[in-house]
Amino acid sequence: MSGKPLLSVKDLWVEYEADEAVVHAVNGISFELEEGQTIGLVGETGAGKTTTALSILRLLPANIGFIRRGSIEFEGKNLLELKEGELLSYRGKQISMIFQDPMTSLNPVIPVGDQVAEMFRLHNEEKLPKTEIDQRVDELFELVGIPKVRKSEFPHQFSGGMKQRAVIAIALACRPKLLIADEPTTALDVTIQAQVLDMMDGLKKKFGTAMIMITHDLGVVAETCDIVAVMYAGEIVEMGTVYDIFEGKVHHPYTEGLFGSIPSMDSHEKRLKPIEGLMPDPSSLPSGCKFSPRCPYCQDICKREEPSVRCMGSHSVRCRFVDMEGAV
Amino acid sequence: MSKYILKRLLMMIPVILGMSFFIFVILEKAPGDPARIILGDKAPAEAVEELREEMGLNDPFLVRYINYIGDALRGDFGTSYRTHLPVFEEIMARFPTTLTLALGSIVLTVIIGVPIGVLSAVKQYSILDNATMAGALILASMPGFWLGTMLLLLFASKLHWLPATGAESWKSFILPCVALMASNMAMLVRMTRSNMLEVIRAEYITMARAKGASEKVVIFRHALRNALMPIITIIGMNLSSLLGGTMIIESVFALPGLGTLAITAVRSKDIPLVMAEVIFIALLAGFINLFVDVLYAYIDPRLKSQYVSRKRARRAAR
Repeated sequence: MSGKPLLSVKDLWVEYEADEAVVHAVNGISFELEEGQTIGLVGETGAGKTTTALSILRLLPANIGFIRRGSIEFEGKNLLELKEGELLSYRGKQISMIFQDPMTSLNPVIPVGDQVAEMFRLHNEEKLPKTEIDQRVDELFELVGIPKVRKSEFPHQFSGGMKQRAVIAIALACRPKLLIADEPTTALDVTIQAQVLDMMDGLKKKFGTAMIMITHDLGVVAETCDIVAVMYAGEIVEMGTVYDIFEGKVHHPYTEGLFGSIPSMDSHEKRLKPIEGLMPDPSSLPSGCKFSPRCPYCQDICKREEPSVRCMGSHSVRCRFVDMEGAV
Repeated sequence: MSKYILKRLLMMIPVILGMSFFIFVILEKAPGDPARIILGDKAPAEAVEELREEMGLNDPFLVRYINYIGDALRGDFGTSYRTHLPVFEEIMARFPTTLTLALGSIVLTVIIGVPIGVLSAVKQYSILDNATMAGALILASMPGFWLGTMLLLLFASKLHWLPATGAESWKSFILPCVALMASNMAMLVRMTRSNMLEVIRAEYITMARAKGASEKVVIFRHALRNALMPIITIIGMNLSSLLGGTMIIESVFALPGLGTLAITAVRSKDIPLVMAEVIFIALLAGFINLFVDVLYAYIDPRLKSQYVSRKRARRAAR
């Protein structure tokens, strides 16, 4: 790793204020991303992955979600200090986002082509004429594999895979430096998943886009990511290169559990091996290590004190019992 | 689309026929003899009988209904028992007043109500939102006749700013419009607000923000159109009920509209006039409903494709 990072998230804390309780969605996460790199944010539902993504664009739901602490620097500029008006030129233009559910992320009453063209109109610094915008939309449609005759159709006339392609076209329209993909393939069936991932990979290489890939599918991570951050209850419990995570010998007990819960093809097992227990309620997190209630190695000290982060090279694990030289 | 409109127009025929039959039955069964009403209580029985014969009132019920429909189809809705003028003329003389009142209040309701609802949703739980909701509750709880009377007392009899009765100038329409608008506007504001709140939480709105669209573009280009459907439903419903004449408000302000005309017609058992007015109102309501449905299709392409796909399916079947 060398050079200045494109994106640097430092000690980010995000809370949601619900009616009674305060939900601690993200609790002090930090990571860096260089140009052209892909980081995978992995974890269960509710681990704070989407919240992290929305924080970067400052799109947390108004009056409910608050960034309490930390900084998010993009090309050296702290996004959290920008005014709303200044943010607009970052959103979509520099950083764009693919949302979880392509079924609901397109506006049902606007033709798909218009929704793509809107990106050019919103960020039209070059003052492109209408015909030029039309042409660019055509090119984008071709790029993501949608026949351009379907430009004037509405989202409900598109299949799920086609909708996701349209969403990707929108996200890539202005050739952003950073693309946040929030479970881009979860809502798609497996054959389409592979197509979409392939396409995203190709486009990423073509434009040199850095990417944050949010997913709970470890297969997707192995295929697309350079760095992996495993999130649990709003914390990054383990982070490393894709080799550290998939090939490394030392892991956080949670990561072990994640991998352990993938059924193996060679052994004949009757039952799946889930991680026992449930993710803690984010409005009342356990003291000490947040994973302690579910951890098979848990000891008294884990319940009392926060674990420190142990590092070796690019690999870091948030567990006191991990010996980076050997096994747990 | 044009096929759909044609179908809807054809469907109005049985509706109008059924409606007119129903009213005809009610008027038949209602107490009071039109001939007696016309001639007065003191007229001799022979004269009344003669008039009944002349008016065709002694024919069997069905014969009279069919004769009426036959005449109506030829454009002859009969003459009023009371004024002896063709009822069509009577209605047309009154319609402009009602139309002005209805359109005036609807247009104002929409122009004021929709933006307030949108603003209230965008600034949810702010002072403005709370004040708007409280205001809407107050407006909705005031009956139109009461509000009308209060407005009359204040602006006409106390301050003398506006005329109390009649329909001579545009000034005469201000108070009745306001009285009519109050509860409709309260409903529209609440409806707009709740729809906008629902739409604002949709993922495509977050997506629009993520595209770098300003708040104005997000609200007016992406959100409002999606929230518009129920709003249009309400406007359509209000408009058809307002065009039928607003009996109470017209009475309070002594406006010569369709509402007051209907009241006098029913009181004097003026069968041709009542029938014609009911048919006229039914037609208007039918057209407005059709217009609203066509408008839906233009606002929400998902509905438009339903109309079209039915056609395509039929074509494919052939």
